[in-house]
Amino acid sequence: MKPDEKRDAVLGRVLGPGEPELTCEQCFEELDRYVELTVAGEAADARIPGMRAHLDGCPACAEDFASLRDLVTKEGD
Amino acid sequence: MATALMTAPTEISWVDRLRAEGAEGRAAVAELHALLLKAARFEVGRRAAELSHLRGGDQEDLAQQAADDALMAILRKLDEFRGESRFTTWAYKFALLEAAVKVRKRAWQGREIPLEDEAWSALADAGAPAGRGAEDAELFAALREEIERLGERQREVLVAVALNGVPIDVLADRLGSTRGALYKNLHDARRNLRVALAARGLRVGTGG
Repeated sequence: MKPDEKRDAVLGRVLGPGEPELTCEQCFEELDRYVELTVAGEAADARIPGMRAHLDGCPACAEDFASLRDLVTKEGD
Repeated sequence: MATALMTAPTEISWVDRLRAEGAEGRAAVAELHALLLKAARFEVGRRAAELSHLRGGDQEDLAQQAADDALMAILRKLDEFRGESRFTTWAYKFALLEAAVKVRKRAWQGREIPLEDEAWSALADAGAPAGRGAEDAELFAALREEIERLGERQREVLVAVALNGVPIDVLADRLGSTRGALYKNLHDARRNLRVALAARGLRVGTGG
């Protein structure tokens, strides 16, 4: 990682997305719908406001999203 | 894909079959467990690097435990399935969560949570790229001061999760808390830092 990327990554982790976001519980509740919308190429972020910001701010929920997206994509192949 | 987002008959039948008495219910539970085990193995497999110290059999045990726990959670929460996704997608998220949490905890088993001093060096390191000059130095110095002014729980969570890379589930386990509660602490800490930096007239954006 280049120095500027490292700087921005640290600032992003420390200061978070800085916009309205879902809680971890709301994220888990909406995760299946958000993943299916994403995999279908639909407007997932417009349909579920606050999800993208939460995934940007919460590393654990972001990993859960990536896993479910990849599993659903693999199943659809 | 829109059809997948509607409540298809097969999605309803999953719930009905799982609630059925006798052989039909047992068969549906066994079928669901097999799907959950597949999802749990998928998650354990993609996290194999975190578990390199474990034998293959231990990894399989972990996947089995995750599938068992996910099955129990799903059977408790069947009423919450709203049919807004396929039933299998809804069910998979429980297995993936259980597996991910178990892997993170196993990977951190016996490891100490890093000290604050390690976070300060990470912060100083990130704040010293060439060519950014005094403005960045001021921003990162102020950031450290404001982190030190946070309340104890907010500072503890922010330093561990955001600077020292401790998984939030691991920290929650050590502190006897939950991911959701600690994320609230993290969220509040971030908001307080943004407000404090803005009050100092410091630009907090990233990039350029």
